[in-house]
Amino acid sequence: MSDAGPVKSIVTPTHLEYEYTATGAQAEFLRQIGQGRLRGQRCDECGKVYCPPSGACARCGLPTSEWVDVADRGTVSTFCIVRVPSENIEVKLPYCAANIVLDGSDVPFIALLQECEVSEVRIGMRVQAVWRARELWEPTFENIRWFKPSGEPDVPVERLGDWV
Amino acid sequence: MGERCAVVGVGQTKLDARRIDVSQVGLVREAALRALEDAGLGFEDIDAVVIGKAPDLFEGVMMPELFLAEALGGAGKPMLRVHTAGSVGGSTAIVAASLVEAGVHERVLTVAYEKQSESNAMWALSIKRPFQQAVVAGAGGFFAPLIRSYIRRSGAPEDTGIRVALKDRQNALKNPYAHLRIEGISFEQIAGSPMLWDPIRYLETCPSSDGACAMVIASEGAARRAPRPPAWVHATAMRTEPTFFAGRDQVNPQAGMDCARDLYRKAGISDARREIDCAEIYVPFSWFEPMWMENLFFAPKGEGWRMTYEGATALGGDLPVNMSGGVLSSNPIGASGMLRFAEAANQVRGLAGEHQVAGARRALGHAYGGGSQYFSMWIVGSEPR
Amino acid sequence: MRDVAVLSFAQTPMKRRESGRSEVDMVMSVVREAVAASGIPRREIGFTCSGSSDYIAGQAFAFVGAVDALGAWPPISESHVEMDAAWALYEAWIKIQTGVCDAALCFGFGRASMGTLPETLTLQLEPYTLAPLGIDAIGMAALQARAWLERSGRSERDLAEVAVRSRRDAKQNPFAQLRGDFEVEKLLAEPTLASPLRRHDCAPITDGAAAIVIAAGDVARRAGPRPVWIRGIDHRIEPHHPGVRDLAVSVSTALAAKKAGVDPARIDVAELHAPFTHQEWILREALALPPGVRINPSGGPLAANPMMAAGLVRIGEAAAQVRSGAARRALAHATQGHCLQQNLVCWLEGE
Repeated sequence: MSDAGPVKSIVTPTHLEYEYTATGAQAEFLRQIGQGRLRGQRCDECGKVYCPPSGACARCGLPTSEWVDVADRGTVSTFCIVRVPSENIEVKLPYCAANIVLDGSDVPFIALLQECEVSEVRIGMRVQAVWRARELWEPTFENIRWFKPSGEPDVPVERLGDWV
Repeated sequence: MGERCAVVGVGQTKLDARRIDVSQVGLVREAALRALEDAGLGFEDIDAVVIGKAPDLFEGVMMPELFLAEALGGAGKPMLRVHTAGSVGGSTAIVAASLVEAGVHERVLTVAYEKQSESNAMWALSIKRPFQQAVVAGAGGFFAPLIRSYIRRSGAPEDTGIRVALKDRQNALKNPYAHLRIEGISFEQIAGSPMLWDPIRYLETCPSSDGACAMVIASEGAARRAPRPPAWVHATAMRTEPTFFAGRDQVNPQAGMDCARDLYRKAGISDARREIDCAEIYVPFSWFEPMWMENLFFAPKGEGWRMTYEGATALGGDLPVNMSGGVLSSNPIGASGMLRFAEAANQVRGLAGEHQVAGARRALGHAYGGGSQYFSMWIVGSEPR
Repeated sequence: MRDVAVLSFAQTPMKRRESGRSEVDMVMSVVREAVAASGIPRREIGFTCSGSSDYIAGQAFAFVGAVDALGAWPPISESHVEMDAAWALYEAWIKIQTGVCDAALCFGFGRASMGTLPETLTLQLEPYTLAPLGIDAIGMAALQARAWLERSGRSERDLAEVAVRSRRDAKQNPFAQLRGDFEVEKLLAEPTLASPLRRHDCAPITDGAAAIVIAAGDVARRAGPRPVWIRGIDHRIEPHHPGVRDLAVSVSTALAAKKAGVDPARIDVAELHAPFTHQEWILREALALPPGVRINPSGGPLAANPMMAAGLVRIGEAAAQVRSGAARRALAHATQGHCLQQNLVCWLEGE
C-alpha cells in the first residue's frame, strides 16, 4: 500500500462519437445559405414564416412545406451585451448578441452584432448580414459571419409589436 | 384531484460548488435519509421512488437512477425518472404526488439532484451540434435580452435586480444549507460586481452547485400518523409551450400564466396576493423575481418590480419570496425545483428555522425550465384543502 | 381504479438509419396519426408524456425539440421521463387515475444510429467502479446469457431459434426492420460478438418513434368501437450491480406481473421487450408463460429496437393483437438497464 491516502475521485475519460445528419427543412435551409440565400418556411395554417425552419410550425403542430425568401436584413427586437467569455465564441469582449427579425420572417434569428460600438445597439435598429467571402461559402450557419448596422432609420418600437 | 396527499418529510444536502466528500450515491442518500428521519420512517416504509434530475451529460452517466436504485431502497419497488429541464425538481415532486393521489401508493420517496461538478455543465449546455446555430452567448445570454425587454416594458428602475439579489443573499445567511452565503453582502458589492450579460451582474446570477433534495409524500392516512406536521398538497399544475414560434412572448410566457391560473383554480384561490403567505420561486437571475410576480398574478402587469421596491417580497414583507435564498444562492440544476417545493412545504409545516415566515399557512412552490417554456407549480397548506 | 384503454397506436417504419427525417418529423407523424386514429379531438387530450434519452440523441435537453411536433399552443400539460416511453405511458395512466384528465398522449423516440449504441450504454453503468471497466451492452448481456445457459442447460441453438422465429414473424409486420427466413445452422456458423452471443442474438440498431393514446372509461367507449383495456400495469427495479443479483432470473418481471394481476394461463399473446435472445427465455420463465402463448408476433425487438420507444411499441403491438381479435388477452413487457434490471408488465383485454 502506498502513502497516497484514500482515493477520493477518479477521472474516466469518455469518448463517444455521434453522426449528425441534416434532414428535411434544415438540410434545404443550409443548402440555400450555402448559396448566399436565406429561406424560410411558411405554415399553411397560421401563415407565419420560420427562418431558420424546423420543418414544423411549433404553434400549430403541423409540418411546414412552403418555402419563401427571407431578406438578409432585419430589425433588432432585443439584444444583450456579453462581457464574459463563452464557449465556442471567439470574439473580443464586450460583444453584442441580438435577436433579429429578418424581413419576411416571423421568428427571431439570433446572431452576433459587430461593426458598431455595443453602446450604439438599440431595439429597432436596422441591421444586415455580413457574409463570408464567396469563395468560402459552405452550407453552414457560419456562412454569415455576423450582422452590422445597415444605416437605415430605426423602426419605431411601437411597430415591433409582439417582438419586444 | 384524487386522493389527498401531504409532504411528511423533507431533507436536503449542504449545497456547494463541489461536494467531493460524497459520491452521487452519498449525495442522494444524504437527502433521502434526512427526509426519512424527518418523517419518522425507514426505507422499508416506502412504496415507490421517483427521481428527477436534469441532463445526464452533467454527470457523464446515462440514466444514473439505475445505479442509485438500491442506495435509495428501491430494489423491488417501482422507480421513475423524470427529466423536464430546469423545472424537473418540481415536476418530479408532482409525479410523486400523483402516485399517491392516484391511490396507487401510500408513501413515495422523491429525490432530485445534480452533481454537476462530476462532469462539465458549461460544456454540456453548449455542445456545438453540427448544422445548428452556435449558442451565441451562453445561458445568461438567452435570458438577458428578455430582461432588457421587461425593463423597457415596465419602466422598472435599473437597480431592481440588485435589490432582489441583496434580499435573496441576505436570506441565504439564514439558511445553513445554502451554497452562497456572503457575510456582510451589500448593495454596493452587488452593484460593483462584474457585468456578465448586460444587465445581469455576477452577483445577480445563480452559482453552479452540487446538491440533492428529498421529500416523503404520503397519503392522508399516513400523513395523519406522521410525527411532525404535514404540508398538505392543495394543488399541482404543469404547462409547456414551444421554445420559438411566431408571436411567442418569452418575457411573460403564456404557459406560466396558464399554469398559475390552473393551479389557483384547483386550490380555490381567487386573490393570490392575499391568499398565499409566501412563495419559493425559480429565480436564477435577479430580474426574474419581478417578472414572475407578474406572471404569477401577484402583481399587475408592469408592476412586479414595485413589490421588490416596497419590500413586499422581503422576509418581513406581506408576500415573502425565496426565504431560503432561492436559486440565486444555490443551483444544483436538477434539484433546484424540488428545493423550491420543499422549502414551501417546510414553511407551512413551521419547520423553516431561521428563515421561517411567521404564521405561514399557504405557500407556493414554483419551477421553470428550458427557454422559459416548462412550468411546474404547487400550493401546499398547513391544513388539508 | 378507473378503467383505462389503449385507443390507438402509431409507429414509424423502423429503419437502420432514418436519414430523411428529423426527430421532430418522426414524432409529428406518429402523434398526428395516433391522435387522429383515437377518435378523441386533440384539445381533449389532457396530458402528454414522452420518453427519450439525451445520450441517445447526443445532446442535452434532446426532448425539448420534440415539443415543436405537438402543436403545444395553447400551452399543454406535459411531462417527460428519461426512460423508455412505456414508462411515459405509466405516468399518463397514473394521471388519469388521479382524475385530472380523461385522455392522454404518450410517445417515445430514439435515433440510435447516430451513436455507437453498445458503447453509449457503457455509460449506463455505475460510474465509479463499473463503467471504467469499459464493458459494453453486448458484453453485459453475454454475462447474463452465459449464466442462463449454465443454469438452464439450454444451448446456443435455443437462442438462435428465437432469432429465426422473430425474423420470420416480422415478415407480417410492415414496420419491422429485420425480416426474412434464416437458417439456424447458418446463424450458428457466424462468429460470436461476445460469447455466447452472436449478431443474430442482439437487437438491431434502429431509428424509430411511436405514439399511443389512452383514455378512461366512458371517454374511451365513446371514442371508438374497440377499446383495448389495460387490466393491470406495474413496474419494478432490481439492484444495479450485476454481482448482487441472479442474472439468470428476472425477479422484477415476476413481481411486476404478480402486482399487475397477470394470470399466465389466460394470456394468448405476449409482446416481450427482449433485446437479446436469451432474455426472451428468461422473461418467459419469469412470467410463467405456458408453451402455447405466442411470443412477439410483431417480430419483437430482434426485428426492430427503437431505443426509448421499443417498450411502448410492445404495448401498442399487444393492443393491436387484441383489437384485431387475434388475441383475447395480451401481455406487454418493457425493460431498461443492462441485463433486465428494470421491468414493466401490463396486460390487456378486449371489451
